[in-house]
Amino acid sequence: MTHPLDHLPRAGHGSDGAALAANFSDLHPPLTQRQAFIESQRCLYCYDAPCVEACPSDIDIPRFIREIAEDNVNGAAQTILEENILGGSCARVCPTEILCEQSCVRNHDAECQPVLIGLLQRHAIDHMRFDGHPFVRAADTGKHIAIVGAGPAGLSCAHRLATYGHRVTIFEAEAKPGGLNEYGIARYKLIDDYAQREIDFLLEIGGIEIRHGQRLGDNLALDTLKRDYDSVFLGLGLGASRQLGLTGEHAPGLMPATDYIHQLRQTDDLGRLAVARRCVVIGAGNTAIDMAVQMARLGADAVTLAYRRGVESMAATGHEQEIARANGVRIVTWAQPERILLDDAGRVTGMRFARTESRGGALTATGETLDIPADAVFTAIGQAFDDASLSDRRAAVLEREAGKIEVDGNFRTSLAGVYAGGDCVAAGQDLTVQAVQHGKLAAQAIHQQLMAQQEVA
Amino acid sequence: MKASMKKPDVDLSIEFAGIRSPNPFWLASAPPTDKAYNVERAYEAGWGGVVWKTLGEDPAPVNVSSRYSAHFGKNREVLGFNNIELITDRSLEINLREITEVKKRWPDRALIVSIMVPCVEESWKTILPLVEATGADGIELNLGCPHGMPERGMGAAVGQNPDLIERVTRWCKQYYSKPVIVKLTPNITDIRVAAQAAMRGGADAVSLINTINSITSIDLDNMVARPTVGSQSTHGGYCGAAVKPIAMNMVAEIARDPATRGLPICGIGGISNWHDAAEFAALGAGAVQVCTAAMLHGFRIVEEMQDGLARWMAEKGYRSLNDFSGKAVRNTTDWKYLDMNFQTIAHIDQDQCIQCGRCYIACEDTSHQSIAKLVDTAGARRYEVIEEECVGCNLCQITCPVEGCITMVPQESDKPYLSWNEDPRNPFRESVTAAG
Ligand SMILES: Cc1cc2nc3c(=O)[nH]c(=O)nc-3n(C[C@H](O)[C@H](O)[C@H](O)COP(=O)(O)OP(=O)(O)OC[C@H]3O[C@@H](n4cnc5c(N)ncnc54)[C@H](O)[C@@H]3O)c2cc1C
Ligand SMILES: Cc1cc2nc3c(=O)[nH]c(=O)nc-3n(C[C@H](O)[C@H](O)[C@H](O)COP(=O)(O)O)c2cc1C
Ligand code: SF4
Ligand code: SF4
Ligand code: SF4
Repeated sequence: MTHPLDHLPRAGHGSDGAALAANFSDLHPPLTQRQAFIESQRCLYCYDAPCVEACPSDIDIPRFIREIAEDNVNGAAQTILEENILGGSCARVCPTEILCEQSCVRNHDAECQPVLIGLLQRHAIDHMRFDGHPFVRAADTGKHIAIVGAGPAGLSCAHRLATYGHRVTIFEAEAKPGGLNEYGIARYKLIDDYAQREIDFLLEIGGIEIRHGQRLGDNLALDTLKRDYDSVFLGLGLGASRQLGLTGEHAPGLMPATDYIHQLRQTDDLGRLAVARRCVVIGAGNTAIDMAVQMARLGADAVTLAYRRGVESMAATGHEQEIARANGVRIVTWAQPERILLDDAGRVTGMRFARTESRGGALTATGETLDIPADAVFTAIGQAFDDASLSDRRAAVLEREAGKIEVDGNFRTSLAGVYAGGDCVAAGQDLTVQAVQHGKLAAQAIHQQLMAQQEVA
Repeated sequence: MKASMKKPDVDLSIEFAGIRSPNPFWLASAPPTDKAYNVERAYEAGWGGVVWKTLGEDPAPVNVSSRYSAHFGKNREVLGFNNIELITDRSLEINLREITEVKKRWPDRALIVSIMVPCVEESWKTILPLVEATGADGIELNLGCPHGMPERGMGAAVGQNPDLIERVTRWCKQYYSKPVIVKLTPNITDIRVAAQAAMRGGADAVSLINTINSITSIDLDNMVARPTVGSQSTHGGYCGAAVKPIAMNMVAEIARDPATRGLPICGIGGISNWHDAAEFAALGAGAVQVCTAAMLHGFRIVEEMQDGLARWMAEKGYRSLNDFSGKAVRNTTDWKYLDMNFQTIAHIDQDQCIQCGRCYIACEDTSHQSIAKLVDTAGARRYEVIEEECVGCNLCQITCPVEGCITMVPQESDKPYLSWNEDPRNPFRESVTAAG
């Protein structure tokens, strides 16, 4: 298949490599030792701290910050890792402005400035130095658990299970582990090979094997897994990108944002990436923002982000919107995709939008239209669960909820012994930190279940 | 040239034990007053007086390299300072010559000479006329240096023995005609005993405190204290902000003691700004001395000290230091005279509260379980004082990070003043013992 953007110029054309690379270095540079120390002093060491309640992975924030303040960075790192084995990437990708930092008591009127929890968390993890892995593996239990998907949910589950002494085999469709940490997160949030280095660290616990090129619903069946393993955890993520449902969806010039980001994250040479001179990104979530900002940083002249409702309804956080504006992204609201504009050769030349308005809460077309010329259009209107993963006989019967896998409070699916977590299950926000938490809690549930069975037997 | 500005109309000048000074801020005997160069810079900056670095007999002692260490706060602010220096390491002759010259050039400033010689009459008899000849305004007896010198029978070794204090003071009054200030060591159990001894010896004033025996920190990698001299260390003398509460208590003890009533007190210890100075004065100090704050920031701090003190005095309507010196003494009393019927209760200003929960956990774990944590259905917290349980200990107010958020509110009461002496709950109360 030819690449949908093959006809476009390359990023390296007319701009130098160093400048491009600089555009994709750390979005928020790390704190220096001194800055971290000063910032750590700002933490009030709250009791029943609201920031902890707001962290989806239950990190004891006042404790780890106090440990930084007391020059015990390894202690701080362990406090973080105990609850969140991917604390390093979460520190970089968490939208802290709607999580821990939003709840920090130092946001109060008199100060209006939260403790920089995310950056402090990163500081602790970046500076930890352990003699070997900081967790111990319990004696082998003889149990063996299959995990499908080596994304944050699967990896977190695997690590926790390994600490309990279980053996784990992870089946992963892609060539590299990490899920969206490897293939989806904006390049300037997780730079270089951080995702892989963090996974190497995680695997130091031992007892975890990852098999690549194994796709459930293709060369792997849930039946076999259920038969051969003591439990199964599904951390499949959301593999499918929602489509516009318009004619020309496969025209050259049109591409799901996640596909483009996938390439952007994997390339060794940013200069070889195709860049639209003018492009439109459709969507209002963080993926749309990531796409728009990365395109701007690759050198596109005009990047427009179009959303069918008003700014206040955008899923992207205020902070993300600011980043977009700071990068020159134009945000057009009340514009609903109506037609993909194509030239004679069938290539994308722009997008026609129907202007919308809210009438008594209902989104209504005003009758006006707006054409935005573009050499490329990226869709970022949401990820959906990819049903192909659950196509085998056994998997097909798994109960669903809102198009995703249904689980109970212990992450149990409708099939005994099969658990699921992360983006592929209903509930909550689709965030890395939430996936880590699901994996961890599912591991606890699996362990309890297996140990209870053992006692009975 | 600078534009001239309005200044508060107050008189900062003092006369302390017969020594005149344009303001109450003196530099304590220490490195800032070690030689003419420093002292003249200090006078230029505005210091009202200096106590020259302690003189001794020749040959002058030799100092080690690596002399200071500190007790740091979290942001590297120096809470307390520690030194293992000895008295002046320059010859007596050079010091005396410089003192003479400086006093001649700065007649309006106070210049006091600190002295420490062996505890034999002959030594004092020899040095005092030499000091008298410099024209300096007075002397201060260093009976307090806690490190090095006591091992040689001087400094704190004298200051810890009331008989020796009295004897040395008497020699000084005998062989020196100008004011004699006795500088006291805090490394004793009851400062009043030392002050009384100085008074018996005829002292014109006491100054306190000298430094407190201390070890500020240990280098845990090398298992040795700081300051580290080679691979060893020794205890030093502690000073700076951290010692202020200790010094103020000692000043108050002397000010309240009927035996030393009226004895002029020069306050020393942790004074870092005008506020500290005003507090010492409120407890009865007629002048103050500063060392550490000047060592950390230079002589310029005296500008803010003078300005701040003058403005505050003007605001309060005090025309001179005498107007408020000692005003807090009568309110400082023994525990047994405190009013048992007084009741204060914590009050939380909900508009200022940031819901950090510190008051709650402090009271819950370590005090009287008098703060309630309420969580509404939306998860918002609110902390409220359970007034019936609150004993008014002040702990919550102290731990609250928002200044002014928790206030301690004295409760209206129709009960009269009742001291523990009179309190029926006191099994040893005076009326009971009298009756029994
Ligand atoms: C573009 C983009 C940007 C994002 N940015 C942020 C951000 O900045 N901050 C943040 O907190 N969150 C962000 N997210 C969300 C975050 O990445 C996800 O919530 C998180 O990765 C979910 O982890 P997961 O383990 O559930 O799924 P994934 O990370 O999607 O991992 C799923 C894994 O399962 C594998 N897999 C899938 N199907 C099969 C199968 N059938 N057989 C075998 N293996 C399979 C996949 O290859 C993948 O490795 C972003 C998401 C996107 C799409
Ligand atoms: C380095 C150093 C040397 C000192 N040397 C002397 C001294 O020679 N004679 C003396 O009476 N006091 C000496 N002191 C004590 C100070 O004069 C003063 O009493 C003490 O430091 C408390 O005041 P501060 O808290 O303002 O520093 C010295 C203090 C320091 C820090
Ligand atoms: S994991 Fe994320 S939300 Fe939790 S404390 Fe760290 S940065 Fe904040
Ligand atoms: S809310 Fe803020 S100040 Fe309080 S513990 Fe958390 S980070 Fe520290
Ligand atoms: S310590 Fe102060 S700010 Fe914190 S909860 Fe209590 S009253 Fe509120």
